[in-house]
Formats: sequence, structure tokens, C-alpha cells
Amino acid sequence: MREFKYVITDAEGIHARPAGELIKLLKDFQSAITITKDGKSADAKRIFGVMGLAAKQGQEITMTAEGPDEDAAIAAIETFLKANL
Amino acid sequence: MRTFQGKSVGNGVAIGKIYVYKKGEQQVKRYRVEDVDAEVARFTKAQETSIAQLQDLYEKSVKSIGEASAAIFEIHQMMLQDNGFVEAIENIVTTQSVNAEYAVAATADNFYKMFSDMEDDYMRERAADVKDISERLLAVLNGKSAGMDALKEPVIIAADDLAPSETVQLDKDKVLAFVTVHGSLNSHTAILARTMNIPALIGTPVALDEVDGKLAVIDGAKGILYVEPEEALLKTMQHRRKEEEETKALLLTLRGKDNITLDGKKVQLYANIGNSKDLAMVMQNDAGGIGLFRSEFLYLEKDDYPTEEEQFAVYKTVAETMAGKKVIIRTLDIGADKQADYFQLAHEENPAMGLRAIRICLTRPEVFKTQLRAIFRASAYGTIAIMYPMIISVEEVRKIKEIVSEVKKELDRQGIAYGEVEQGIMIETPAAVMMSDELAKEVDFFSIGTNDLTQYTLAIDRQNPELDDFYDSHHPAILRMIQTVVDNAHRAGIWAGICGELGADTSLTQTFLKMGVDELSVSPGRILPIRKIILETDVSKQ
Repeated sequence: MREFKYVITDAEGIHARPAGELIKLLKDFQSAITITKDGKSADAKRIFGVMGLAAKQGQEITMTAEGPDEDAAIAAIETFLKANL
Repeated sequence: MRTFQGKSVGNGVAIGKIYVYKKGEQQVKRYRVEDVDAEVARFTKAQETSIAQLQDLYEKSVKSIGEASAAIFEIHQMMLQDNGFVEAIENIVTTQSVNAEYAVAATADNFYKMFSDMEDDYMRERAADVKDISERLLAVLNGKSAGMDALKEPVIIAADDLAPSETVQLDKDKVLAFVTVHGSLNSHTAILARTMNIPALIGTPVALDEVDGKLAVIDGAKGILYVEPEEALLKTMQHRRKEEEETKALLLTLRGKDNITLDGKKVQLYANIGNSKDLAMVMQNDAGGIGLFRSEFLYLEKDDYPTEEEQFAVYKTVAETMAGKKVIIRTLDIGADKQADYFQLAHEENPAMGLRAIRICLTRPEVFKTQLRAIFRASAYGTIAIMYPMIISVEEVRKIKEIVSEVKKELDRQGIAYGEVEQGIMIETPAAVMMSDELAKEVDFFSIGTNDLTQYTLAIDRQNPELDDFYDSHHPAILRMIQTVVDNAHRAGIWAGICGELGADTSLTQTFLKMGVDELSVSPGRILPIRKIILETDVSKQ
């Protein structure tokens, strides 16, 4: 299992658009990917799951990936979060 | 004439007939089904059809309103494919042996509630998205189509609320404005109105049935809807509408042009901002850079000192967004009149002349250093300059430079990269004007803060309305001071700009050009009107 922690810097937080971009990015990975905030977890490939956490600026999220392509998934997530959120 | 107050998006005026849009809300009945597999298959087919419709809408709207606004239809597709949402619907059908319509409506209610219970305004608005996709599914299941009739003439669209799938089908040339009874300034209607640059009133308490088809006027500046306006008001608003159109057309032709006078003098036109949220306005109005980035919001929005990381993130975003254009960050400018509790500043009889701005930074160097480190680190991501407020002496500047060199040494030791950072001071005290020849040898630029400079020079408190008769923003003392500062800057080979309100005063633009002012930093909306004057001025003939 691989993990990546990130503090949201975007002023709007994870709003609909970046949530959609994230889903698009993750849908082709085979690994199970979860997003966690304040102890609440959700499937990171589900838009309602990601938006339901309502992650805001300054809050920390943890992304975990488990599966055959977990390394590539975490690397892609890290690049995406740093560039967009 | 009747008037209604709403929350306004944009300042414009709209005049036209009201067209009330009523949703064809889908009626849902619950009934038993025997063959649940066939019912699930019926749902799956409706889901596929809905996704195909949304893809179609997406492609259409990319062309008509742009990728950013069209993205919502991609999000809606993802919502319809969300495992949790789909499984919940299928589950209801199979376990309760009920029809797909009922399962969709019940599931949508649950998801609607999840969003509408959220604390965050933006997320609450997403409940409307859930409603929108479920209405679409229901319409497909019922074999109906959702949407609006074609509009025959330009109208003001009024509705309870509008879903994105409804607004996207509108013929944009026929929409003058939006009025909605519900919704917030984050609703799709508000966002769309901003993109289309038309007025919109949100949360307007108007009885739709009573106004349908009637002539109305929207005054975006005041947020008022006038139904069946009086003749005099109508005339005034028609006049304003005409002026707006002329200005808009004119200003569009000025975007992308250099700020250069007829006789070839070039001036920098920068924007003042108070928050990274203002960046969109900066780009829209074609600013050459940011001449005054007030960093106070970072401190005033918080219950404790903002960390280096928090500040760094904001400065970096601004530097990156401006993509190499200059960003001048003014260090912390707060005092007893504009303070955050955690600073624990003592109450002062005369805060304008008290412990504020650079004086706090020099008294509490640890607070200052945190900000400087964040700024220097962000300078690796763009072109950043720093300016220091409320300077009165050369000694202060030297002390600042010592602190700055300590900060740089620390960063060097830690192997943290930073860029070339121009350092300047604000000229906003009469002392700084008098000392500007000496100060010019110490810094890279001057930026004249006319608001404080005027208050300190004329000894007039701007908050006191009884002094209005004595106050003259064009007082010759101020204009002479500006000339002195500009001359002293040029003698030392540095540049001088104006970032106070006076910089945006178009009746003085030509005077400033003649004085040799190198830069004007104004609120984003003032940039193009000033550019127009610059382009029409011949300094040699002034």
C-alpha cells in the first residue's frame, strides 16, 4: 500500500471541477484508491465520495492506493494535487 | 411600478420583458414490479441515454460558453456513473421490487440531503446538481424531454432556480439577464451570468406568476428589479444601458495594447489586489502586473499568525498565475484600527499615527521574518518585488535590509531557492517625501500611497465627514510632493509609481504623465479607462 498526504492550498478547496479531473485521472488505475479527511474515507474514483468530504483550503487529505499499479497511481496523484489543488 | 431587491451579480443594466421559466417537474409514482432484472435493465438504459445526452450538451456548450463552464456536464456524467449512486438505485429496485422512477427519486433525495446539509455554501449548491441529474433520468424513464422552449425575442429570464442543463439550451443572444427566486451567488446561474457578462439577480423575492410577460428593468449596481418601470426611470436606465454598451465596445478594443502615449512615453499599468481571489479580474482587465498586493487578508482572516507555509502557498499561486509579470507584495500593513486580535495591540487614541505597518514588523522581527521567508521562497516561481509601508527614515530602511539579508543567508544555508527580488518602499508620510533623495539611494523603487500621504499632509481624517469641505484630493501640496518624489527617484536611477486612489483618478492621468510617473497601480476595473487616456495623450503638448 502507498500513501500520500497533502494540504489543500487552493482557495476554493476540492470543488466540482478538480474533483471531476481527479476522477478522470484515477479511473484507469486498477488499484483501489481512497481519499481520507478527518478520519472520514471515501472511494476516490467516485465523484460523490470525493465531493462529499468537502475538503477545504488548509485541510489535510490522505490518498492511499493499493493494487498492482499503486506506485504509478500515487505518483500521478501527487503531481495532480500539487499542480491543481 | 414595483421593486424587488435581490443579490446582484455584475453592475450592468438590463431592460426587457420578463419570461418566466417553469420546470416540468417529473411526477413520480411508486408501484410494484414483478421482473426486477428487467426494471434494473430499464434503469441502465435510461442511465446510458442520459449520459449520451450530457455528452452532447457538453460538446455543444464547449463551443458556446467555453470549456470551463461546460465542465459541469462532464461532472454530471460522472455523477450518473458514481457507483454509490447507481448501486443505491439498483438496490432499491431489487430489494423492494419497485419501479426505477421511485428508486431514482428516493436515492436522489438522499444525495440531495447529503449536500444540502453541508456547512459550506459552495457544496450546498451542488445539491442542485443532484436534482438536475435525477430530473434528467426521470424524464428519460418517462419518455419526455427536459428543457426550454425556443425564445423569440431577447428577454429577462425569471425562474425559481435554473439548472445548468436548462440554461445551456438557452439561445445566449436572447438572454438579457437572469432573475431567480432561490439560489446563491455560487449557483450556476450566477456563474453563468458572470461568464456571459450579463446582469443577474439571485434570491429575489418576486411572485413569478404576477410578473410574467411584463416589462422590467434590472439595475445590477443596486441589485433591484423594477417591474413595469415609470417613464422617468426607464429613460435614465436606457441612457445608462447605452453608455455601458459604448464603454464595453471601446474597452474591448483596448485590451492587449501597450500603455504608450502619442509621443511614445510608456507607462506601466498595474492592478491593486487584496486577495488571491481578485486574480481573475486582474487577467480580465489586462493588467501588466500587480502593483500592490495587500497581504493583510492573510492575517485578518485568521485566529493566529499565518504560517510560513500558508503564506508561501498564496504568494506562489499569485506569482505563478501572473506568469512572470511583476507582483509587488506589500508587507503586513495593520495597526490598531485594522487589527487581528492575536496581535494583542494596545488600544490607541490615534491609531493612524500609532504602532502600525513597518513599525510592528521592526518591533516584532520574528513575525516579519516569517513573511519575508515566504515571499522570498515564492520568488522562485515568478517575478516578485517587495514594498515596505509607512517608512519615515533611512535608518528604518537599513534595518529592514539587515533583516532581509539574514533571511537570505538562512535560505542559502538551507539550500532553498529564491529569485531576484526588487525592494521598494511606500512613500506615504511627508517625512518620506522630504527624505526621498536619500531614500532613493537605498531602494529599487518608490510607490506613492496617496491616501495616507494626503491624510498626513493635510492633517485631515478621511473618516470624519464634517471635514469634507476642507478636503481637496487635488491639493497642490500633494501634487508638488508627487513631483518631488518622482524627480528624486529619477535622479537616483530608480522608478516611481502611484498606488493610492489618486492613481485611478482619470482627471489627473495626464498630469501624472507629464510629471514623469513611471507606474500607476489601480483597481482592476480602472485599468482600461486609464489606458484609453494614455493612448490619447501627447505629453510634449501638455
